[in-house]
Amino acid sequence: MREKICAAALALSGVFALGGCGKAEPEEYLTVFNYGEYMDPDVIDRFTEETGIGIKYEEALTPEELYAKYSSGAIDYDLVCSADYMIQRLIEEGEAQKVDFSSMEYAGNIGDRFWEFSKAFDPDNEYALPYFYGTIGILYDTTKVDAPIDSWGVLFDGSYKNDIIMQNSQRDTFMITLKYLGYSLNTSDEGELREAQELLIRQKPDVQAYLVDEARDEVVAGNAAMAVVYSGEAYLGHEYNEDLAYVVPKEGSNVWIDSWIVTRHCKNPEAAAKFLDFLCREDVAEKNFEYIYYSTPNEAVVENMDEALRNDPAITPTEEDMANCEVCTQTDPEVTKLYNELWKELKAD
Amino acid sequence: MSRKYLATPYIIWIVGFTLLPLVSIAVSAFTGDDGSYTWDNILAIAEPINRQALLFSLAIAFGCTLLCILLAYPAALILKSLRLGRKGFTIFLLVLPMWMNFILRILAWQMILSKNGILNFIVGKFGGAPLAIGNTWIALMIGMVYDFLPYMILPIFNAISDIDEDIIEAARDLGAGGMAVFCKIIFPLSMPGMLSGIVMVFVPAMTSFVIADILGGGKLQLIGNIIEQEFMKSMDWHLGAGLSISLMLLVLIGLAFTMRNDLEEKGTSIW
Repeated sequence: MREKICAAALALSGVFALGGCGKAEPEEYLTVFNYGEYMDPDVIDRFTEETGIGIKYEEALTPEELYAKYSSGAIDYDLVCSADYMIQRLIEEGEAQKVDFSSMEYAGNIGDRFWEFSKAFDPDNEYALPYFYGTIGILYDTTKVDAPIDSWGVLFDGSYKNDIIMQNSQRDTFMITLKYLGYSLNTSDEGELREAQELLIRQKPDVQAYLVDEARDEVVAGNAAMAVVYSGEAYLGHEYNEDLAYVVPKEGSNVWIDSWIVTRHCKNPEAAAKFLDFLCREDVAEKNFEYIYYSTPNEAVVENMDEALRNDPAITPTEEDMANCEVCTQTDPEVTKLYNELWKELKAD
Repeated sequence: MSRKYLATPYIIWIVGFTLLPLVSIAVSAFTGDDGSYTWDNILAIAEPINRQALLFSLAIAFGCTLLCILLAYPAALILKSLRLGRKGFTIFLLVLPMWMNFILRILAWQMILSKNGILNFIVGKFGGAPLAIGNTWIALMIGMVYDFLPYMILPIFNAISDIDEDIIEAARDLGAGGMAVFCKIIFPLSMPGMLSGIVMVFVPAMTSFVIADILGGGKLQLIGNIIEQEFMKSMDWHLGAGLSISLMLLVLIGLAFTMRNDLEEKGTSIW
């Protein structure tokens, strides 16, 4: 999902250092590393205008690419934004610097529950600032189902044979099944994983296809009644077709959070903190939200949102939706190996 | 003497883009996670899941090659019988789709074969029940044959075009009927072309994974898909490299066997 949006940004990618447009060149600079198209360019201009601190903006397409560029050491980045599991890796490798969020003026705009979720990869909320988040759920065509969907069960009970699109990604697909069975999506218990695999093998004949990017399109085109998708995709989905609905099933799901960290290379933590605080300010966060349309953890923005957006579970999941959601953390190498085996066995069946 | 330097770019090309990658794949294949020497990755092809994928790939590649021959042979004969101007134009039309990226063409097939796709729309217009071809091995086969057919038609056509008309006339003079001319002259003399075609269709069909991913809906697992998974998702480059090497060896052995008889004959074969 993010890849797609990033792809559009390919043409724009690269470095663009934004000066103070006609004013004196800034003396201080921050090097910011983010995904493509993941921040409104006006926001960067405004920050330089207000603070006199220049921004050197660098982009990557995927967390893996971002990590590769970061660890090559060619550029000393001051601030990095990435996916939860990559932030976890960077923190574990000692690449992050502690930030005092309590002294920030606007960090309070970030809802408490997001700080709670962040604890999965940043146990004491010392490093990571939530930026955008989203869920995984079911996008379905309301004209093709008998009743509103509220459970992962519809994917497994055989009532929509050959009308289901699953994610062609082992972690996401196992996550759904583990949640449906009532286990944690971060389980490393072989028995639980095998039970999930058994259910997936039994489900396979009912699955029309395992897709990634096209999953949403198949529901939009009416080829399938439902698909497992990321919430950002779902929002774009009902832009195309009003009959589509998105639900985060009651058994819970995966919530992903993209967060900011200040790296150990940053020589000006004060300026970095200023930048993070700036991102939390309501008008700035709103501008970014209107540029990206992912779920924002900034509650001041959510309060002033259009009602339609605020009631859209793809944009604003309710407390209830999120109650059973978990953040995915990195698995041990052995568990990863087991996942790979189980996935191949599923595909071979 | 100085002319030898002209070969430098090609030597760099072959060393940099064929030999070095092969060596690095071989090194990965013969080492384990801890860097020690091992045969495990090479022998992993015999594990049940991998073996099953290999056999499925073999079956699909065999079927695809056979269908391509059955479709290409008459096409080549028809091409040969056309007048010069039309011949060029027809060949142009056959090659034209190859000017477009093959993934785009495969995505087009996905639209044609999907549940609410173009095929079912047409079937529906004639009152038929919708066909469930999308995301099955049949869809995979259609995509592969569509994609690889030109690689079979062109070499067969070249071989047939090279046959001297005088030989055919001589055969007719000696009383051979149409069938006899085909069986005793045209078919044997077109063999080298057909063998090239087989190489160019069978090998890519055996090793591809993208078509299976798109038209098989991620439900079909060719050996290529397993290798892709090892490299891209499981990040187990050693195992991926080991499977690649085994596959390469199997294909080489198979081809050596097929080509053995061809070596003595002159041919348009690429071997």
